[in-house]
Amino acid sequence: MTTPRPETVAKLTPVLTKRWLSPDAWRIGTYEQLDGYAALRKALKAHPDDLIQLIKDSGLRGRGGAGFPTGLKWGFIPQGDGKPHYLVVNADEGEPGTCKDLPLMTHDPHALVEGVIIASYAIRAARAYIYIRGEAVHAARRLRNAVQEAYDKGYLGRNILRSGYDLELVVHSGAGAYICGEETALLDSLEGFRGQPRLRPPFPATHGLYASPTVVNNVGTIASVPPIVLGGADWWKSMGTEKSSGPMIYSLSGRVVNPGQYECSMGVTLRELLELAGGMQPGHNLRFWTPGGSSTPLLAAEHLDVPLDFEGVAAAGSILGTTATQIFSDQDCPVYATYRWLEFYHHESCGKCTPCREGNYWMVRVYRRILAGQGTHEDLDTLLDTCDNILGRSFCGLGDGATSSVTSSLKYFKQDYLDYIEGRTAPKLSDKQLVGAH
Amino acid sequence: MTTTTFTDETRERAREIIARYPADRSRSALLPLLHLVQAEEGYVSPAGVAFCAEVLGLNKAQVGAVATFYTMYKRKPTGDFLVSVCTNTMCNVLGGQEVYDTLSEHLGVGHDETTADGTITLEHAECLAACDYGPVMTVNYDFFDGVDASTAVGVVDELRAGGRPMPTRGARLCTLKEMAVQLAGFADERDGAVADGGPGEPTLRGLRLAQQHGVSVPGFDPNTPIRSKAEADKAAAEAKAKAEAAKPAPVEASAAPVKGGDGASAPTGAAGVAEPAKPAQATEPAKPAAASGSTTRDVKAPDDKSPQVRTAETRQPDAGTAVPDAPGTKVPTDGTGTAPAAGDARSAEAAGVAANAPAGDGKPAGDEAGAQERNLTEAKAGTDADGAGPADANETGAQK
Repeated sequence: MTTPRPETVAKLTPVLTKRWLSPDAWRIGTYEQLDGYAALRKALKAHPDDLIQLIKDSGLRGRGGAGFPTGLKWGFIPQGDGKPHYLVVNADEGEPGTCKDLPLMTHDPHALVEGVIIASYAIRAARAYIYIRGEAVHAARRLRNAVQEAYDKGYLGRNILRSGYDLELVVHSGAGAYICGEETALLDSLEGFRGQPRLRPPFPATHGLYASPTVVNNVGTIASVPPIVLGGADWWKSMGTEKSSGPMIYSLSGRVVNPGQYECSMGVTLRELLELAGGMQPGHNLRFWTPGGSSTPLLAAEHLDVPLDFEGVAAAGSILGTTATQIFSDQDCPVYATYRWLEFYHHESCGKCTPCREGNYWMVRVYRRILAGQGTHEDLDTLLDTCDNILGRSFCGLGDGATSSVTSSLKYFKQDYLDYIEGRTAPKLSDKQLVGAH
Repeated sequence: MTTTTFTDETRERAREIIARYPADRSRSALLPLLHLVQAEEGYVSPAGVAFCAEVLGLNKAQVGAVATFYTMYKRKPTGDFLVSVCTNTMCNVLGGQEVYDTLSEHLGVGHDETTADGTITLEHAECLAACDYGPVMTVNYDFFDGVDASTAVGVVDELRAGGRPMPTRGARLCTLKEMAVQLAGFADERDGAVADGGPGEPTLRGLRLAQQHGVSVPGFDPNTPIRSKAEADKAAAEAKAKAEAAKPAPVEASAAPVKGGDGASAPTGAAGVAEPAKPAQATEPAKPAAASGSTTRDVKAPDDKSPQVRTAETRQPDAGTAVPDAPGTKVPTDGTGTAPAAGDARSAEAAGVAANAPAGDGKPAGDEAGAQERNLTEAKAGTDADGAGPADANETGAQK
């Protein structure tokens, strides 16, 4: 392990994570001593439209993977339409590799609650929901506690801080379905249905929760709002790159010396992140990695210097996603890794559309065959052909995401596949795992 | 099977849950209610389904359809402790599969099966969002980090001996039924449970590094004023006047990147990539969603973007993309015939169907001859109207 150079350390930008070092930051008293609810007081004195403009000016883009400009999304909510408006926070973190929202909600839940109140005020919502992944029980404990504390202190409920503004906030636990991270599936789930995506348009901005105008934002996006309200758009833009402003929590996992959360200025490179994380583990050399979770195409060692912002990663042929950097070495097999991801997509496909439901089902079986040493060269064509029929043809992004690791691993690591097919690599799965794979 | 098996306490809690949601939206309470019946019975039984149906005024099929969709609703009795081992890719390669296999053999149960003594239900789980602690397992969803086969066996042995090992992060263990009460949205009443579990080292690594080196973000002034619209307009007008006074050309040049920044879904790596991408975007308005576009997407967009990137962009049309009914274009009002009447989730879907020609008579969309012709006519009309149609018309032609 080496000490990172000062210029690399300077890429760290503790903003969303800054309170995590205070062990009691989840209590409202501690939070208030650390700038807590100051942004709310400030925001309630401003006009809601000015807050939307502030977020637009900051260039904040969604932290849930798609990177949509947050201020623009808020601005889509029709005002004066006589309908109730809703804010729904997508806290259904479950993209493989992603682990940034759970620590935030566990160790600094009030940051999210405060962001929710400000955002709801800006879009004129009187009700807000935090849809949190069911399995995230400790984060939910802390979050429910924080919401209760905020009610008790008058930050939620009727006439918040005597501003005349009312807001009800409910923490709603999911029940174990990755698809509910897709915003329209999340809304269906929140309405008490199966979590299956809706046809878009209409978009949630006009027909969201209960067919009313709704903003759906990721945890990190909403938690970014209080610091922007306090520090201003120009300060926010002092971090990151021109089109990808602000800090971002990069989650490093896998074959590095110090895996963990590194909040850095957007546009940091993997080379720099690895330096911060103490480098690769001894005996491991970087082979492949995901820039933002398993739904983003794999990158290889040649991409160490790609700036990890929305534009930089797209130019390299992948997607920034949730900045969940899963790092694999020369001791990991890209074929097996892809197979496990496909098992995930197959399990989590909601079954609504045929390309995703059937495509993933069959691709898993092809992978099992290849990994059992019984694959054929035609299998590789079958995989690419199947991906072609899923990507862009499935109902929502889940199907698209499933193809990412398949096509990218075939692009960079075809030899690994051939080694299984041509018998140079020992089979990784046994025959008994092959039921139904023919 | 009757619903009388449920206690008064559960009924009272059910009322509390329903009260969290708008009065005419009680169905939103279904997920928490299913957690609630699981809290009493340890799984969602037919009686539990009937109970939810009764309190929400739904039929049992509607509730059953939801209950069977979600992994966390168990369909047969569970043990006191649900042990979930992550076997998704990252934990898997770090040893999670070995942990699961060892536990399965040690306990003599497979996935979603319970030990004979009723203590432990074992499952392999998909990503548990703790990859920096991998391989992880959870007991009743609280984390045991960085486990290996022997520590995992130690945990389950302690559980079976009546002990309550402390999770690495998260609160002291409760039973699965007690956990289900929390999942139904009730506070953890146990003294000190909310305070349990500080952040682990991986969570804090970046921060510690910043602290050691004295790194913070400079220029943070919590009193930075929020500009009002009047001030912003004034500043913009001044800037414009200043720019015009200088010379007109740079104004346009500087305006371009701003527009690009708004269009989040059009990340442009290099100028050379951005340019040819535009025609592809222009075809989108005519085929706004994947469903209607699915039969006509064989024509590759003329750019060298990764297909995943291109698809992601089309999934997220921005303000610059004139999708019918896209946010920011035109808001449907309740007065029109196509707008949803009941204001329900289904009506949103209905609006979507109205905007996207559905398949009729079980045939694929567009298979009917009339529909094809209508498409062509509409495409042609689109060409005349806004110039967004030519590529679309070509594509439709190619399909024929």
